[in-house]
Amino acid sequence: MKMWTTAALGTAIAILGSTAALAACPVTEGRINIVGNEFPAIQSVAAKALECAEGIEAESNLTADHQKINVAGMSGNPAEYTSAIIANSSIVALINEDVIRPLDDLIAAHGQDIAQRQLITIDGKVMAVAFMANAQHLVYRADVLEQIGVEPPKTYEEMLEAARMIREQGIMENPVGGAYAAGWNLAEEFVNMYIGHGGEFYKPGTAEVSINNEQGVATLNMLKALSEYMNPDFLTHDSNATSAEWEAGNVALMNMWGSRTGVLMDSEGSEPVVYENTKVGPPMTVGGGTNPASTLWWDGWTVAKNIDDAAAAATFQALAHATSSALLNDETMGQAVWLMDGYKPAPVNEGVLAAVAMGTTPYPMLPYQGLLHTALGDNLAEFLQGKESAEQALADVEAAYTAAAKEKGFLN
Amino acid sequence: MKHSAFFWFVLPSATAMLLFIFFPIVSIIVQSLYVEHAQVIIETENCGPFGCTPTTMVDQEATEALRREQPLGRFAGFTTYLDRGHLAVNEVAAAWDASSGWRDFGGRMLNLPFYKAMAFTLTYTFIVTPLTIILGFMIAVAVNGAVRAIRGPLIFFSLLPMIVTPLVGSLILFWMVDARGIIGATLQALADDPGLSVKASTPLMWIMLMVYGVWHAAPFAFIVYYAGLQTVNTDTLESAMIDGASRWQRIRYVVIPHLLPLTTFIALIQLMDNFRVFEPIVSFAASAHATSLSWAIYNDLGGETRQLSSAAATSVLTILGVAILLSPVLVRTWREFSRART
Repeated sequence: MKMWTTAALGTAIAILGSTAALAACPVTEGRINIVGNEFPAIQSVAAKALECAEGIEAESNLTADHQKINVAGMSGNPAEYTSAIIANSSIVALINEDVIRPLDDLIAAHGQDIAQRQLITIDGKVMAVAFMANAQHLVYRADVLEQIGVEPPKTYEEMLEAARMIREQGIMENPVGGAYAAGWNLAEEFVNMYIGHGGEFYKPGTAEVSINNEQGVATLNMLKALSEYMNPDFLTHDSNATSAEWEAGNVALMNMWGSRTGVLMDSEGSEPVVYENTKVGPPMTVGGGTNPASTLWWDGWTVAKNIDDAAAAATFQALAHATSSALLNDETMGQAVWLMDGYKPAPVNEGVLAAVAMGTTPYPMLPYQGLLHTALGDNLAEFLQGKESAEQALADVEAAYTAAAKEKGFLN
Repeated sequence: MKHSAFFWFVLPSATAMLLFIFFPIVSIIVQSLYVEHAQVIIETENCGPFGCTPTTMVDQEATEALRREQPLGRFAGFTTYLDRGHLAVNEVAAAWDASSGWRDFGGRMLNLPFYKAMAFTLTYTFIVTPLTIILGFMIAVAVNGAVRAIRGPLIFFSLLPMIVTPLVGSLILFWMVDARGIIGATLQALADDPGLSVKASTPLMWIMLMVYGVWHAAPFAFIVYYAGLQTVNTDTLESAMIDGASRWQRIRYVVIPHLLPLTTFIALIQLMDNFRVFEPIVSFAASAHATSLSWAIYNDLGGETRQLSSAAATSVLTILGVAILLSPVLVRTWREFSRART
């Protein structure tokens, strides 16, 4: 699998550059309404899709709170949203609630030119079309690392050592950044680090959680060690706030989403000394492990189940067009690691490509993973504040998950 | 009023209340008594840009059949109310048995989400409500004593905190108390501690949330009291002045007794509002330090997998909480009302 992904993403995408026929655009029948997350790559895709609408109702609702509204907005009949742009974690909720349709017949009719690697096949049916890959990886300030005379860290242990040197030499007080906001972000950092330590989230073959173990404790201790080099407000810092800290020049090392590095490296919002020296590196490993402490993500689009066929066809064609090579230009090229033909990697994308090449674990697509993620987000802050032990925090996570899983029918 | 006239008079509001208050409450009560069907999980394979992996998924057809049979899910009775996310009876009993003293027991209770949320919600309610009333009254007396020409602008400025949308108002305060914000930096200078951070300290975060609560709600108390002040009997005030009462004595013995019914009204509304404290917790990203029942509902519904039954149970508990909080005030009002009629 490692070879395959390396070939598919690392080099092949850049070389392929095919000129396959584009999906029909403009569309003149049906309606389009897209709900999705809000970052540059998705904004580009949604804008491109809406351009295809000619004389039909077409709108988009891009918001960081998209997960709170997409299931509700697609449950009605007809559904409010004809498409949700999702990632490999959030598609699970849509499948659990049965609100998205298999795309096989639409692909046969309108989507012959979509590359095979873009198709997300679940139980033999295509349920989504992926258009970009994403992962968290190292972002560092080349000038600061040069000043202390160390190479970019390859492990979290090296990152801690570099952070200690930066603080001791008085260059920065809090040199490490990270999206550690209590809730989804903090849970994501735990998932990364736990996978890096080689942990398994569940007892094999069951929905029973088992994270209160050696790896779980090691994970929490590493998160805490890192947080000691962070701005004391770290539990309120989401990706946006962490990026702002970076652009303000307060941070020299962080683990950050590939989809957000473009903003850090452009000339807007920061001094030249910051953006010229912002470099990306592969995701780090931890505790002597070989598996990177990160997760691979794809972002893709779906088509709602509860809409008429005209709306489904319109939505499919517009989004197929918006995620074809027609999207790629100088502005959009660096916004993400695009999965469609014609994509040429930019330096800003090296972190994500390295994550793919290193065989980073994809985020688990399990029906109950969302419940564990919520439980992690609610129960780890007290440990990082020093109010309880690692074992107690992990026991709380397990208990909260178990109560939720019983309510949702995953456990009895 | 004739019965038929009364009927037609209240019909629109009664219908609206039935539709938008009564039915939703019935719906959440029913929802809270049910949990989802046992999930039918099948082993399958997922393929995507990173290769194929064996995984599990929910069997749609089997689930669909189960849902058709019992659309509400499995009847669970009060299980959801009693589980760890809510009243946590088993966990409380275990904590009681295991704890070495009251302090230890309290600490263990605060580790349970419902009691943690209740601790903050109740502290917030009982600190913010009286402070709001006192501050609102002080502003009203001050504005009422000001020269007539500047009263208009004064009233406008005093009302501003209520005009500002709660989410926006709290975000502004959130940025001001940032370590690099104007209040945060001033606090650091005053305390002579460059590491001081409001957002990182639980007690300071609680204080900030309560300061925001008072700031936001005081205009409401102010405007109610200000309206009340216009109805104070000037004859009584003048005769008090002739009797040699000072300004403080006039406020204490004439104005405050006159405004007492309004205080009951404000206290009622504020108790209800403060018990549902929510927006500042979200805006201040304060969930690591303080949670409330409303925040718990939001959190249940905001995850990738929505926990509807859990959110419904918390909603019912919130309604019960409000009812308990308001009962002393309501009983008092009812007594006064009966006394006035006889």
